[in-house]
Amino acid sequence: MFELIGIPPQALFGQLLLGLINGAFYAVLSLGLAVIFGLLNIINFTHGAQYMLGAFVAWMLLNYLGLGYWWALLLAPVIVGLTGVILERTLIRRLYHLDHLYGLLLTFGLALIFTGVFKQLYGVSGLPYRAPELLSGGHNLGFMYLPNSRAFVILASVIVCFGTWFMIEKTKLGAYLRAATENPTLVSAFGINVPLLITLTYGFGVGLAAFAGVLAAPIYSVNPIMGENLIIVVFAVVVIGGMGSILGSILTGFGLGLIEGLTRVFYPEGSAVVVFVIMALVLLVKPAGLFGREI
Amino acid sequence: MANQAETIATDLPREKGAGMPRHHLIIFVVLAAALLVAPFLLYPIFLMKVLCFALFASAFNLLLGYGGLLSFGHAAYFGMASYVSAHAAKVWGLPPELAILSGTAIAALLGLVFGALAIRRQGIYFAMVTLAFAQMVYFFSLQAPFTGGEDGIQAVPRGTLFGMFNLADPETLYFFVLAIFFFGILIIYRIIHSPFGQVLKAIRQNEPRAISLGYRVNQYKLAVFVLSAALSGLAGATKAIVFQLASLTDVYWAMSGEVVLMTLLGGMGTVFGPMVGAAIIVTMQNYLATLGDWVTIIQGLIFVVAVLLFREGVIGVLSKRVRKPL
Repeated sequence: MFELIGIPPQALFGQLLLGLINGAFYAVLSLGLAVIFGLLNIINFTHGAQYMLGAFVAWMLLNYLGLGYWWALLLAPVIVGLTGVILERTLIRRLYHLDHLYGLLLTFGLALIFTGVFKQLYGVSGLPYRAPELLSGGHNLGFMYLPNSRAFVILASVIVCFGTWFMIEKTKLGAYLRAATENPTLVSAFGINVPLLITLTYGFGVGLAAFAGVLAAPIYSVNPIMGENLIIVVFAVVVIGGMGSILGSILTGFGLGLIEGLTRVFYPEGSAVVVFVIMALVLLVKPAGLFGREI
Repeated sequence: MANQAETIATDLPREKGAGMPRHHLIIFVVLAAALLVAPFLLYPIFLMKVLCFALFASAFNLLLGYGGLLSFGHAAYFGMASYVSAHAAKVWGLPPELAILSGTAIAALLGLVFGALAIRRQGIYFAMVTLAFAQMVYFFSLQAPFTGGEDGIQAVPRGTLFGMFNLADPETLYFFVLAIFFFGILIIYRIIHSPFGQVLKAIRQNEPRAISLGYRVNQYKLAVFVLSAALSGLAGATKAIVFQLASLTDVYWAMSGEVVLMTLLGGMGTVFGPMVGAAIIVTMQNYLATLGDWVTIIQGLIFVVAVLLFREGVIGVLSKRVRKPL
């Protein structure tokens, strides 16, 4: 076996794969944040809790209704997305005329409530969720062993990311969305129901978070606090990438995941903070973010 | 965010002549009298916890309510100061006054570094950047050898103040903490009502205009950030000596959220609001401590209700009622 700078390739590629998976979660979550921010002008602090809800809905579907992973991938984002629609209609909507920071505070409070309720109900030790038969096993690529379940996470998140990009940049609905982001008043003057568009956008962003949660369920355990620290890293990812560009969010997410994986190989102590250090550097060099447009 | 608060806080006419409006003076005197009697009626440790958090929330409010900057990472300054103060007292054997000073100094330094980077972004991004830096401090505290990881730094000696007063005595300790509290609060009060505070107000209301008037806006923002971080550090460092403990709780993001909640509930941009908010939240935590996660749920509910229905906070509402800035 050859070695790269003293690191066995198994370990190197193993960590890179793990980094890519984390990157997939960063990408899907930061994409959801960016889509919501674009139209609602709020930072959805509940995003991490909604990611957790996605995983829990998948777990409940399996344990209470006997519906497996594939159904969960489809149903959990819809169910959690609907709860998002309700939140937007009943609570978040009331804050649009105020400073955006109130939206941050409201969604922070909601995150505390969701996390607290699930901690109370299920504890923090985590519940196992088994990957379906189809994804058990894996392939030996020669330089490393690639488990199918992990390959699927990367594949699915890439598809969802590009699907979202396609929908926003290439379809008519996406064109409405982009127009409403630029100038909601004008768009509603053209007879487009902007409040409905806003509600659906929030539901969609939340659905993305839940989708990431379902993907995470078999890999990590299903845990009320699974989204707590993740969402802060995703915030840093969003600051690094800037929320102006969809493709930018996706690239930043995957890229930072890989960098984190590499750090875990070469300097494990730094892996938890490397994203934050990169954020500091980006703020020094290009304060608007790598793909940012504002100021 | 600040727009609402400022109409209450500073736009009302001030009484001529005296540096401090008379009703503020009266409130401070009554507060001081109440706090001098309080340890004979209430549990001193509880009171000291309230005082530390009241100072922390007031320092945070200096940045949010008067500087117009929402930091979501103030736990970093509070918690790191608490670690350094605990370490200085326990390992280096410094007397409490120097331990607290070193904690405060570290918080100011951290505030300088993070503040300089964070003010490069505005609004929501500012909040996210400060939160991310605080999380970095959290991970550092989790791994660094001197913080004791999950255990924290325990059994911190309270020591002897100025070589004369033994702080192991709860009453002596209480009056020491009370002195620190008033020192911090009066500094904050002075900052708010100084020319510097007026410039901050101008920046908050119309930043481009302040720039065109020749103010170096970023220097003002950085200065208020560092002041707020240092005073938060003073609160955290004092807390470490009072509870003889510095732990990960102090540096976790939930603590940053708590201080936002205290300030919001008491009234952003009011002098006395954050103290009231801190007293309410600490009392609530004290009574509900046995309920575990319910505390988090209730805090979340208070957040939601406060943001939707009660944005001016307790003192903000009261201030409108009596038509005087409080």
